[in-house]
Amino acid sequence: MQNRIITFIERLQQVTTLDQLQALVVGLSGLYQIEHFVYHSVNSAGEPYAALTYSVDWVDHYLDRDFGRIDPVVLGCYQRFHPVDWKQLDWSGKAAKSFMFEASDAGVGNQGYSIPIRGPNGQFALFTANHTCSDDDWVKFTDEHVQDLILIAHYLNQKALEIERGTDKLAYQNLSPRELDALTLIGMGKSRGHAAESLSISEHTLRVYIESARFKLGAANTTHAVALAMASGKIIV
Amino acid sequence: MPSRWPWQAAKSSSESRARPPRLPRIFTVARFEIVNSNDATPVFFSIWGIFMIRYLYGDQLGTCRKLSQSMFRDRANQFAKRLNWQVTVDADGFERDTYDQQNPLYVIWQQPDGSHGGSMRFLPTTGPVMVNDHFQHLTDGVTIGSPLIWECTRFCISPTAPTPLVAARLMLAGATLGRRFHLAHAVGVFDTRMIRVYKTLGWAPDILGSAGSGRDAISVGLWDFKAAPFDTLCAKAKVAPDAPEHWYQQSFAPANKERQPA
Repeated sequence: MQNRIITFIERLQQVTTLDQLQALVVGLSGLYQIEHFVYHSVNSAGEPYAALTYSVDWVDHYLDRDFGRIDPVVLGCYQRFHPVDWKQLDWSGKAAKSFMFEASDAGVGNQGYSIPIRGPNGQFALFTANHTCSDDDWVKFTDEHVQDLILIAHYLNQKALEIERGTDKLAYQNLSPRELDALTLIGMGKSRGHAAESLSISEHTLRVYIESARFKLGAANTTHAVALAMASGKIIV
Repeated sequence: MPSRWPWQAAKSSSESRARPPRLPRIFTVARFEIVNSNDATPVFFSIWGIFMIRYLYGDQLGTCRKLSQSMFRDRANQFAKRLNWQVTVDADGFERDTYDQQNPLYVIWQQPDGSHGGSMRFLPTTGPVMVNDHFQHLTDGVTIGSPLIWECTRFCISPTAPTPLVAARLMLAGATLGRRFHLAHAVGVFDTRMIRVYKTLGWAPDILGSAGSGRDAISVGLWDFKAAPFDTLCAKAKVAPDAPEHWYQQSFAPANKERQPA
């Protein structure tokens, strides 16, 4: 399970173009055995970008009919930052229902889970996993993988911004001395308790420092964060 | 077709959720009074709870003017007047800052008359947050940033509301938010004297750092969502164990939304 997200991150690190990002999103389907993944972004200038597994015909039709105006997923996630299961959305309207029928005909699955992302300067992105299965199976999948999906969403967005502007990485990825100390101690094989004691902080605080460092490094977990920090020369163990 | 579409599922799941029956307004008002007389059995609390905690994004506050206006006034009262923090109070008597303009998620306890009883404000630490913008000297210079860590600020309780009860309900609502959104931690900036209240509720934060002393003291603390003591919080909040789930459903699943009183 954890290997999947590491596989994703390793692939992500190789990505330098939007075409490769599209291929990466397509690859996610195989990795998680989920029919569809959609990454969709609108920058502050209103320019859309998407990397997704839906059919070209459906995407063209969607854009042609300007479905973004009635799509309950877009309406329910825009300006939000909490993850949303499609069951929580309002599908009761006539327009929403007919949209749903068309989506179904186009191969969109009955289950969805979307993660809105607030990027810098009003940028907004949405990452969606979509599948056809029973409610129970979907709950099982999401409960198990939500944190993966949240990370994937943000890492994808980071990469898309990086490709587009080449600037978003810097400020965010600077690790403070405390974070580097924490990673170094963990990298030396110290337990969390020992590492926290050496830094005169509580274990909770250590966990938050490591979580912050993990996210800045674009890592899957603590071990992975230590490995990435070592590989990039940020820490020496 | 192996299963249903969400809009079909929504209907059946609301049936199976065994929601308390909708009562005519006269009955709900009567029940509020029973609750207020401190005489209520848990079943009333459960129904009461449905109406009381509300999760609202900034852009949804316009739909409940009484609630939001009394919240910003209570904040002015608490942070400007009582705690003497350097906050901005506008001509309307509202305490608002730049983070209120970021469309944060407010967790608000609504009083039976529709006004503000207590509240707090959440923003993801992946964007601009207070702890990184103003309090890095209290976090050892670490910029806290993760989609699994949200910042909680402006923990405020109305002078007309019972403090321990409202504090417990807000904490319970916060714990529910963490659980439902799969968050790891909340990081908060608060009046240092609140630590005692949080301790009493059985969910004390880890203090990253404090500044100032006495009534001017401000702390940055961390809450671990995994450690949230739901049973204790429910007991202290005097709500049934299913109340938090109702609050969540009411705010985040509009298909099941009931009309709000007042």
